[in-house]
Amino acid sequence: MQNDAVLTMRGIDKQFPGTKALNKVDFTLRKGEIHALMGENGAGKSTLIKVLTGVHEKDGGSIWVEGVEGEAHIHSPQEAQNLGIATVYQEITLCPNLTVAENMFIGRTEGQMVHWKDFEKRTTEILNNLGIPARAKQELSSCSLAVQQMVAIARAVDMNCKVLILDEPTSSLDDKEVEMLFSLMRDLKSRGVGIIFVTHFLEQVYEVSDRITVLRNGELVGEYAIEDLPQVELVAKMMGKDLNDLADLEQIGEKRSAATEVVYEAEQISSSESKPFDFKIHKGEVNGFTGLLGSGRSESVRAIFGADRVTGGKVKMKGKDTKISKPHDAMKAGIGYLPEDRKRDGIIADLSVRENIILALQVMKGFFHPMTKAQMEAFADEYIKTLNIKTASQDTPVGSLSGGNQQKVILARWLLTHPDYLILDEPTRGIDVGTKLEIQKLVLKLATEENMSITFISSEIEEMLRTCSRLIVMRDRNIVGELTGDQLTQAQVMKTIAGGEQ
Amino acid sequence: MAAKKSSFLKKSGLGQLLIPITALVILLLFNLIRDPSFFSIKVAVNNSGNSVLSGNLITIIDNASALAVIAMGMTLVTAACGGQDISVGAVGAIAGSFFVKILKSWETVTAGSMILAIVVCILTAVAFMMFNGTLVAVFKIQPMIATLILFSCGRSIAYWITGSATPQLSGPIIQAMGMTIPGIPIPTPIFAVILVGIVLALIFRLTNLRLYTQSVGVNQGAARLNGINPTAIKLLSFVLLGMCVAVAAMIGVCRMAQLSHKTLLVDIEMDAILAVAIGGNNLGGGRFRIAGSIMGAYIIQMLTTTLYAMNVATVNVKAYKAIVIIIIVVAGSPVIKNWITSMTNKIRAGKMNTSAAKGVE
Ligand SMILES: Nc1ncnc2c1ncn2[C@@H]1O[C@H](COP(=O)(O)OP(=O)(O)OP(=O)(O)O)[C@@H](O)[C@H]1O
Ligand SMILES: [Mg+2]
Repeated sequence: MQNDAVLTMRGIDKQFPGTKALNKVDFTLRKGEIHALMGENGAGKSTLIKVLTGVHEKDGGSIWVEGVEGEAHIHSPQEAQNLGIATVYQEITLCPNLTVAENMFIGRTEGQMVHWKDFEKRTTEILNNLGIPARAKQELSSCSLAVQQMVAIARAVDMNCKVLILDEPTSSLDDKEVEMLFSLMRDLKSRGVGIIFVTHFLEQVYEVSDRITVLRNGELVGEYAIEDLPQVELVAKMMGKDLNDLADLEQIGEKRSAATEVVYEAEQISSSESKPFDFKIHKGEVNGFTGLLGSGRSESVRAIFGADRVTGGKVKMKGKDTKISKPHDAMKAGIGYLPEDRKRDGIIADLSVRENIILALQVMKGFFHPMTKAQMEAFADEYIKTLNIKTASQDTPVGSLSGGNQQKVILARWLLTHPDYLILDEPTRGIDVGTKLEIQKLVLKLATEENMSITFISSEIEEMLRTCSRLIVMRDRNIVGELTGDQLTQAQVMKTIAGGEQ
Repeated sequence: MAAKKSSFLKKSGLGQLLIPITALVILLLFNLIRDPSFFSIKVAVNNSGNSVLSGNLITIIDNASALAVIAMGMTLVTAACGGQDISVGAVGAIAGSFFVKILKSWETVTAGSMILAIVVCILTAVAFMMFNGTLVAVFKIQPMIATLILFSCGRSIAYWITGSATPQLSGPIIQAMGMTIPGIPIPTPIFAVILVGIVLALIFRLTNLRLYTQSVGVNQGAARLNGINPTAIKLLSFVLLGMCVAVAAMIGVCRMAQLSHKTLLVDIEMDAILAVAIGGNNLGGGRFRIAGSIMGAYIIQMLTTTLYAMNVATVNVKAYKAIVIIIIVVAGSPVIKNWITSMTNKIRAGKMNTSAAKGVE
């Protein structure tokens, strides 16, 4: 054991029903280092973290924490917190019906008298310092997913910790927030805090990390100093493939821009959450909505699907007047919608992978027309294969899958309905690099080969530039520009977002 | 070996039923050791001259009928709404009053008046349950609170309807429904349970009720975004519970051949909720097994009968019942389940280590 280590894990084993999630994994975190934990979806990153923080009990292995005599036995997140380990979990674990201030301080008061007034003041300070657009007294559920993520980070950072764990903290953040988080991380690092950082964004890894540990299929691949492991090699280590196999992944399909028949057309459509806007999409077209956090991009597509209360507007589907006031109307009209917040709006956690995959199709077939078990199994099998979903079986509850694999299940659900118009809000959130490219390829293939119209939203602008032939730019809940053709460059997008000339 | 067994349990869906099955087996074994004659079944001639089966087991199954039927409906409401209806007993009393009121409009009970009474009884129970359902599904009031209203005033309503304390019923039709049908040695209420079970099984087979209910119970928002109407599904669960309550009320009235607004289905709500819990169903909604709840009902009844057979005083029966039920519910709790799986994992990992070490030697 090195003496500058704050945390040492040796030979960690964890078995879930049907899955060996961790197999003799070693991990060392040193003082004042940012240590990236990398691996494909389902590699075991979150499990390693949950074992460390006492969410799951380990089946074998030992953990040492600086300042604790002998082996540390951590049985609950509260104990981990008391040992100076602060954690932001992959799925937000705050309480949606408490206020921001309550969420910041709950479980940290250690039996003292509780002075909520002081906490609110302190919260307001933190929110202002970090530039988080929320109020201390606001109920957390009324904040966007990104703000919730920022609050979770602020809460962890505000604790006096020696180990900070961030499991995909940037998955719904914009460049600006990510930059802010990074400067926060560097600051903590200079104070000697060890940071574990999990992400699927390779550039982010190389921007802040000092060291990388790679996991694959629950096994340790190795630990590397950042300068010894170029990006291509990292990807190869994560996927366990040779570099040559990867070459063709970079080639994704051709974008199609030829305007054809209009599939969906909306005039002054509005919902309780979005201002009126006009929008149309052509057959086989891939377009995108972009804009900063809170710009209203997600709210706009929710209005199209009838996810929020629709308050006005005229909609035409393939030229025919259509009334869409609730999700079921949209589904019948041939629209599919993969929501941004998979935990709240997407997965039915206790139901099996199979039931989650067939759900939307089954609903479209109708209450009185259940599919046979054999049909369901065939569909589920097909998509588990196509999207390479890592699950012990079809009967596994979807909630026990890794984050990225849950995302794939919801994607499968909507692909299975073969909609004419598919809305994907952050379909690649939490998905590993290899699969991300596969999904982008799939989107372009659906558009060109099946003539599907697709709206693709992503907080990664490069990803949208690669797939979309038209970008709608939003600011303050208004559409402020539309970019096509050779306007589709990062610089132009940034300029339009910032409010330059159109 | 162990892995194989657990995957078999999962596949057959028996995993959730492990606790109720074990509890039932233990209760049966306990009685077998205590007094083997507990299980004897004899053919006896009852006071109306029919030969019928009699014995403790028959009594248990017969007496649990009303509870089993209500437990089935309660399972659906629990799954869809994440809460329980505590007014089932009171609504049963109201529906029973209408049932008796109709039958009492004629001198004697005839097949025609009986059919009318059954229809009215079902409609009444469904209507009152729709009231509960509307409060829960449309106005989003917690089920326990919403059903507290009818829980507290239901029996008064029942009294207003009949207007007298305990109207009596008589005649062969009532006898056939409450006791046995001439020529058939098995008590009729048992058939009522089987009938309700078959109807529900058919509904699950022919519709997506199970998938919809579970989706709504687990994540209502996500269910809505997949085109399911959570309000309608919750209301539907109350409608089905209403039908179950009507059947239970008729069983209760016909068995006693009278209606007492004070005692008909009294305290049944707590036993029904317990039956759902013992059946391994999550009281917070979501996944459910009707079979588990039915077993829960029989376990509760068997427990009561066993305690009485052991000459435990009536006042003490409830206390003993509570102890056993706590044990069953705790044994099925997620904490204990996780503890058991992690223990078995550790033991397995330990075995592998020692065998690996031996291999090295
Ligand atoms: N509670 C659980 N029950 C059963 N299996 C689980 C549970 N949690 C995780 N697993 C399984 O363990 C494996 C590792 O999952 P984990 O969440 O650690 O992956 P990950 O590396 O964090 O992936 P991602 O990048 O998708 O978040 C997966 O195969 C997953 O299905
Ligand atoms: Mg993870």
